Amino acid sequence: MFSDYFYYPFLIGTIFLFVVVIGRFVKWFMGLSKIDKIRVRIGLFSMKTLQSVWESVREGLLHHNIFKTNKMLGYMHMSLAFGWFLLIVVGHIETSCYHGSMFFPFQHSIFFRYYVTEPTDFPGHAFFNYAMEILLFFVLSGVMLAYFKRFRSKTFGMKRTTRMRYGDRIGLTALWLIFPVRFLCETFTAGVYHNGSPIFNGIGDAFASVGDLNPWLNPLWLTYSVVLGVFFVAMPFTRYMHIPAEINLIFLRNWGVTLKERRVNTFTLAEVYSCSRCGICIDACQLNLAGIKNSQSVYVLKNIRNKNLTDEVLFNCLLCGKCQEACPVGIDVNKLRITQRIETTKQYNSSYDYLKTGKTRQADIVYFAGCMTHLTPSIKQSMLKILDHAGENYWFMDENKAPCCGRPLMLAGQYDAAQKLIDTNTKMILESGAKRLLVNCPICYKVFKEDYQLPGVEVLHHSEYILDLVKQGRLDVNPSDLRAVYHDPCELGRGSHIYEQPRELLNTALTLVPMAREREKALCCGGSLANTKISMAERDVLAGKAMEEFATYAPDLVVTSCPLCKKTFAKVDSLPVKDLAEVVAGAVERKV
Amino acid sequence: MDFGYTTLETRSIDYDKFDRKLIEYLLQYEPSLLVCMACGGCTATCSAGNLVDFNIRRIQLMVKRGETDTLKAEIDKCMLCGKCMLICPRGVNLRNVVMLIKKKLSIDSGQLATKNNIK
Amino acid sequence: MKNIVIIGGGIAGVETACALAEGGNHVTIIERDDKLGGKLNQWYCLFPDFKKSTQVLDYIKNRIKNFDIELKLKSTVEKVEPNGDGYFIHTGNVRYAADAVVLAVGYDLFDATRKEELGYKIYDNVFTQADIEAKFRSGDLNTTFGKAPERIAIVHCVGSRDEKCHNMYCSKVCCVTGVKQAIEIAKFLPKTEIFCFYMDLRMYDKHFEELYRSAQEHHNIQFIRGRVSEVSATPDQRLSIKTEDTLSGRPMKMKLDMIILLAGMEAKKNTRQVARLFDVETEESGFLRSQDFHLGAGILSRKGIFAAGACISPMSIKETIENARSTAMQVNQYLKTL
Repeated sequence: MFSDYFYYPFLIGTIFLFVVVIGRFVKWFMGLSKIDKIRVRIGLFSMKTLQSVWESVREGLLHHNIFKTNKMLGYMHMSLAFGWFLLIVVGHIETSCYHGSMFFPFQHSIFFRYYVTEPTDFPGHAFFNYAMEILLFFVLSGVMLAYFKRFRSKTFGMKRTTRMRYGDRIGLTALWLIFPVRFLCETFTAGVYHNGSPIFNGIGDAFASVGDLNPWLNPLWLTYSVVLGVFFVAMPFTRYMHIPAEINLIFLRNWGVTLKERRVNTFTLAEVYSCSRCGICIDACQLNLAGIKNSQSVYVLKNIRNKNLTDEVLFNCLLCGKCQEACPVGIDVNKLRITQRIETTKQYNSSYDYLKTGKTRQADIVYFAGCMTHLTPSIKQSMLKILDHAGENYWFMDENKAPCCGRPLMLAGQYDAAQKLIDTNTKMILESGAKRLLVNCPICYKVFKEDYQLPGVEVLHHSEYILDLVKQGRLDVNPSDLRAVYHDPCELGRGSHIYEQPRELLNTALTLVPMAREREKALCCGGSLANTKISMAERDVLAGKAMEEFATYAPDLVVTSCPLCKKTFAKVDSLPVKDLAEVVAGAVERKV
Repeated sequence: MDFGYTTLETRSIDYDKFDRKLIEYLLQYEPSLLVCMACGGCTATCSAGNLVDFNIRRIQLMVKRGETDTLKAEIDKCMLCGKCMLICPRGVNLRNVVMLIKKKLSIDSGQLATKNNIK
Repeated sequence: MKNIVIIGGGIAGVETACALAEGGNHVTIIERDDKLGGKLNQWYCLFPDFKKSTQVLDYIKNRIKNFDIELKLKSTVEKVEPNGDGYFIHTGNVRYAADAVVLAVGYDLFDATRKEELGYKIYDNVFTQADIEAKFRSGDLNTTFGKAPERIAIVHCVGSRDEKCHNMYCSKVCCVTGVKQAIEIAKFLPKTEIFCFYMDLRMYDKHFEELYRSAQEHHNIQFIRGRVSEVSATPDQRLSIKTEDTLSGRPMKMKLDMIILLAGMEAKKNTRQVARLFDVETEESGFLRSQDFHLGAGILSRKGIFAAGACISPMSIKETIENARSTAMQVNQYLKTL
């Protein structure tokens, strides 16, 4: 009475999926650099592999990171992934028990209730019946939430949800149908054969009371097979590829493979395909406030995958790193974006043949103020005051002229061009014989710290340097009763992980008011040089909104440690904005 | 800066003749270029202009007048530091203008395949 | 007799008050300060004819004596209530009934510390034109180091025509103020080199252009077309500026002893609050929105509420007085309709 070939769509889909996924993994592996391949070979037989297995369970199935951001969204992902996983595993054990053997055609476990309609009594039969049905309810609860989220994303505490392509709709529809159809298959079958637990049998009876269920069984099971098959065929071409890709990424990452900033390789694809388009990055992005809604990380990843990334999207990003902090999959979106920028601009790097190393002066410490600081002379003057006060033998390297540090070029993808500036500055710094390089601009700090080869020279952000002076007792800071909020500059906080030194320093001079969004969650001022597309008016919106948020803490002033942040916030003109150098210089002055 | 003062041909700008492709391209992607009032603030503060003969205000003017003979050599001097943008009283997004000029010149010289992200 | 309340006792407020009192109305002036005259009290003399500001102030003070105008100094408006066709204005514990109200709350000088790169209150010897007027009044034009300045830069358009300060408009009177001050300094210190750094020179009114020419012709004041981007201190206690000499197309540096920033006129910080209190509209710039640019500069968006003077837009003393008189006429026309 049942047609016996109904499972073919499922079978074809499954084989297709495995071939494509394995094929992709092999291709990605082959595309890695030699050194990355060695990393994989070494990593494969290390503890890292076990660690990755655990991480795959934690993130791929339980979705621990999404839970941290949003419990409801976490439950949705967990019930779908973990629930489905358990359905497969428990179903397989159930079938093994029934057959009394591990070896049986694998569609048997998927369509178990289809095949086993006669009364049976293998060990644990009743338990499996209950377990499988409860698991199905568990998955269905996730599916219901997914329906709900698509139409009412706000319920999830999310303002926005990702926009979809045509192919994704097919995948999504298939996925949404799988479990409700399975539910109908199993309850209808139970209505006819009473092969379920009392729960499904009861539901089946209820359906049966409406009409004859027999003619429905065949079409239903066939539909189930077809939706599974469609979903599996669609999976590699839709966002659902993230399910295998994320596992792959976890392993590669733990084995030490990273995205090299200077080149695009297949690790890019391993990351791109791991994006589940959960939309958490969209909510983390401040550009929404200015009405920029097409350049968030999820869209860039999608554009890379679909090969339709434009400069207008790629460069419309502050690279503030907030989405990267929020990404549950841990995709290195900033580096990913920079590598894309390198790729798209590599044909037009400048050579800067005019650069000459200028006069240097022997000193213990080199002070590099940076381009922006010349537009914030109060920071510059405060730094000089502090240096004089500490009695340092310093050389103010860019007092009159010096090349830019190179970071703004790198943010625009112009790595080769930046190298020319880096070489010139490196030569001058090393010639001075200084042991320390002091900068007060986080943009400069990051590049000096990460991209300059300065053997024997310690690169210090002024928050570190001044804090050292205070700790050594070389600077007496007179505390005041001012209340301030501290704004973490992106390049210093998320970019260089310097969160505590500025706070420790500021606490000696005033009272810091903690904010809900600070440190890793700090806002961007909106002035970031990384975004070459955003208009001034849009920047103003971001700065204004951030200042509004600061104002809710009723501080006497806003303190930051970046000349660009300072200038951007000062433009809003709602609260006084100071650099921490000014705060300290002012506090020192009062005492003297 | 050399915008061809050494040649003997007439140096009047023939507004009817010049090729508007570049300026049209720039205005399409960076319309803020329209509002420059030639105050010179950008050139005054320019980090590159501090080191070499480089005048970003003049470059934008020359582009608007179709004088692009030495543009490639000139635009390559910019270090993209962003000071100009921070000073500009009209909010012209000059960093984007520079990147766009570099890109367009690169496309025109055939270095960059046109299908590469030119959207 | 109609009751009129004027908010603000500067030149605009007093002139409007007198013109209305002349027409037989009962006028009250509510002024925040303890004296009349507003910002003009800080000025030394006026363009283009170098009339002493005290002469205008004396005119105002003498004129007001002729009328029975009620003065409420050191007071601010706390509440406004509709009262039939008019309003009740609450200040302190006093309530004034008004058939019409004239807002003459004036302007603020742009706070030059907002243009940090120009070094105001960071470096010595960076002043605003208001500081220089004070120096004129004290008769001491020396630098803070007690020396006569050898070279002075006057920087135009500070905080006006500037997206960075959200002030897109031209403050229009600064140009001529700069030229006026340049000439005054040149008269006082003939050996001093004086440079005006401008973007456009807007010599819009009668005798202004002649003043400009005279500055060049008789006082050797030099005009350089370029916006000053950076000010820094030199090791020898002088100042250094960066600009572009846009007419020669070259960046320019210059060492100086004194810098004068021509800070623009801004809507007062509390003009928006006042506007909310009286439920009238402001423009994006913060100035009060006139009903019609051509036909009713002093008429605001709410019936019976008028405006006079620099709370409408930047204007000179001459224009303020003219504007006050014209607003008074508009108020009178309105009162007739009641």
